[in-house]
Amino acid sequence: MTVYLSLSGVLFLIGLHGFFTARNLLRRLLALNVLTTAVFLLFVVMARLAEPLDPVPHAIVLTGIVVTVSTTAVALALLVRIAGRPRDEDDDAVAGPRGDAG
Amino acid sequence: MIPETTGPVVLFSLPLAAAVVVFIRPRWSVAVTLASGGILLATALWVVVAVLRRGPWRQDIGGWTAPLGIGWTVDGLSAALLLLMAAVGLAGAVFHAARPTGRTPVRDPRFFWPLWLFLWGGLNALFLAADLFNVYVALEFVSIASVGLIGLAGGSAQAAAWRYLLATLLGSTIYLLGVALLYGRYAALDLALLADGVEPDLVTAVAAALMTLGLLLKAAVFPLHFWLPAAHGRAPPAVSAVLSAVVIAAAYYLLVRLWFGPFAPLLGPEVATLLGLLGAAAVLWGGLQALLQRHLKMLIAYSTVSQLGYGLLVFPLAAAGAVQQAWTGAVMLVMAHGLAKAALFLAAGAIVLRHGIGRLEALGGDQQGVVVAWVAFAIASASLVGLPPTGGFVGKWWLAQATLATGGYFWLAVLMLGTAFTAGYLWRALQAAMRPGWETSGGLQALSPALGLSALVLALGAALLGLAAPIAARLLDAGSGVAG
Repeated sequence: MTVYLSLSGVLFLIGLHGFFTARNLLRRLLALNVLTTAVFLLFVVMARLAEPLDPVPHAIVLTGIVVTVSTTAVALALLVRIAGRPRDEDDDAVAGPRGDAG
Repeated sequence: MIPETTGPVVLFSLPLAAAVVVFIRPRWSVAVTLASGGILLATALWVVVAVLRRGPWRQDIGGWTAPLGIGWTVDGLSAALLLLMAAVGLAGAVFHAARPTGRTPVRDPRFFWPLWLFLWGGLNALFLAADLFNVYVALEFVSIASVGLIGLAGGSAQAAAWRYLLATLLGSTIYLLGVALLYGRYAALDLALLADGVEPDLVTAVAAALMTLGLLLKAAVFPLHFWLPAAHGRAPPAVSAVLSAVVIAAAYYLLVRLWFGPFAPLLGPEVATLLGLLGAAAVLWGGLQALLQRHLKMLIAYSTVSQLGYGLLVFPLAAAGAVQQAWTGAVMLVMAHGLAKAALFLAAGAIVLRHGIGRLEALGGDQQGVVVAWVAFAIASASLVGLPPTGGFVGKWWLAQATLATGGYFWLAVLMLGTAFTAGYLWRALQAAMRPGWETSGGLQALSPALGLSALVLALGAALLGLAAPIAARLLDAGSGVAG
């Protein structure tokens, strides 16, 4: 169990690092998904640690996955629109150098 | 007689059902939205009256009780915010329906109405939710709808929407991590169950810190406010209004719910002072930035950063002992801010349409067609500054009394200085109306009077809130979970 707990922690740190360092918009979104996965893993570990075994965290993770799929879909749709239109100076503040929007 | 428990059911399901209908039948959008908006406003009023009459209640959906089932709580605080949402939701819908089409290029106009109703339903679900995970789902619901609505303005608003999306998703994920830790420690998600069992240990403290951090990011509290001005300044006017008035207040609502509910044992002087200092920094920084803005909508957006800072002053004042006064004062301020800020954004939307450009220097000259909007702007400004007898005055008065009762003169100074900033930047905006303006070609002469009127009704609401202060105080006292 310690392994999974530390894995969740490491994943969380990787996600955070990616989120704050990536300049590519798609990479930042993926980093966010890694972050969410770390939290889901933590929930599952909690379920395993409980005595007796606890089904509630599984229900939570399932709901959470549905929520994450939806938010990711919205983010991707927005990303496609941002990438597909003429750029102005405001984008560069967000996206970094030209052509970096994935 | 229909039982009161029907009220929350209507508040939750009607906007979602209406959203689906207007998505399938775009032609009915305006009629369906305005009709359901009217019903929602009436229902929210009914719930407020019910809370005043019989006190707060809790209802379990389908008869399943916690920890297995999902419960809703209705108390003074949630009823007040449900009413705020209904008022802003209806006024914003009227504004958007009356805007001149074709002039403001909204991309995919048919998506506005379903998203608007989804946002409404999500916020209502958030104000009713009684457990931490439901809160998370409702938060994500609100985020998705808000991002879509901001992006509708097209152009640079899409970049702002993207930044907002990332900030708000990061906030939710950090919040969810806190929920996971809390669940691992107590095996409970229900706010009432947690409030009974929470002990001030390390895991709880870390969970509280994470959840607070996530919510501070969502509430755009200084220094986590970087995403707010662009997102709120570039969205369509009605969207800016609901985001600044209600979505920000929703994150603040959760902070208050948590820290005066389950985390109350952790609210020591250090934590409270830290939160208060963040609030003070927000009041001053937001006020200063608002003074420096050149665009009307950006000025109002920075004002939101500043005004929300007042809300955080509740923590140090409550920790110092003046719980009741600080609490009622801060919530009153947030409510008054919601009505006034929505009025400001709607009025600004009409004014910018009239002049065709949002720069302050361009807004002078001929004001034909937007006189009502400027009147609404002035009344809403009076409430934000805190002139009697407006809601803003009453909230600040109660907060000031709390500072005097606890000897927190530093917080009183912040309150005064923030008021000076507010008066300064709003005066700049009003002054712009009286100067000769630019001859712009993009302006519109014939605007529907409904644009200015929708702002005026909200501004009058903010002003009248001050006269209804005794009722508001009684409502907020109703089972707020705060020991008086």
